[in-house]
Amino acid sequence: MSALIASALLIIGSIFCLVAAVGMLRLPDTLIRMHAATKAGTLGAGFILAAEAVVAAELGTTLKAIAAIVFLLLTAPVAAHLIGKAAYHQGIHLFAKTWIDELGDSLSANGQVAEKSSSEASDESADSDE
Amino acid sequence: MITDGQTIVHLASQLTLALLIVSIALTFIRLVRGPQAADRVVSLDLIAIMIVAFLGAYAVHVKDTSFLDVAIAYALIAFLGTVALARYLLRSHRRSKQRSTDREEE
Repeated sequence: MSALIASALLIIGSIFCLVAAVGMLRLPDTLIRMHAATKAGTLGAGFILAAEAVVAAELGTTLKAIAAIVFLLLTAPVAAHLIGKAAYHQGIHLFAKTWIDELGDSLSANGQVAEKSSSEASDESADSDE
Repeated sequence: MITDGQTIVHLASQLTLALLIVSIALTFIRLVRGPQAADRVVSLDLIAIMIVAFLGAYAVHVKDTSFLDVAIAYALIAFLGTVALARYLLRSHRRSKQRSTDREEE
């Protein structure tokens, strides 16, 4: 029974890793690709480490596998946050259908980005006033 | 019955290793092709996570639990590497702040 559970966990985890890789290849934008990389990849690795915990069925090995899963779950969001921040501030090309960009709006309100975007914003507000 | 279970786990771990190799190869294409440095950092992070998964599956395959220690240590080193690359990207941006007006093309 535990062999069946471990096999199912292994297959599910590898399929999640494959989905992450396909998403990494096919998705259109750096920030959208980070969805696939951080979420599906971490879930797949967590499933495979859980399979190792089920197969070994000893206290030490199971605790080690759980520690590895917890470490992945703790570090993946931190790394993703740092990469996303660096990528956005570096000026990546956003996907053409992006329709909400709150960080860009607040940055242009502070005048930290180009004057052109803030002048566009003032033009838009003038238009809406008319 | 026990041998049946062991063969099932053996076959499943072999299939898992094959799928993980395919996944790492697909991610490597993005690493080579990625138009910007941020894409390459993201794909390197995903490759590191997949190598951790590979080490876990390999520990199941050869029935040697000491590969779990390797997986934990590799996850730690990969996290440090990703953080260092992200901070390098941020700092290299701050050094050349004038060029950050690409946002208008969005």
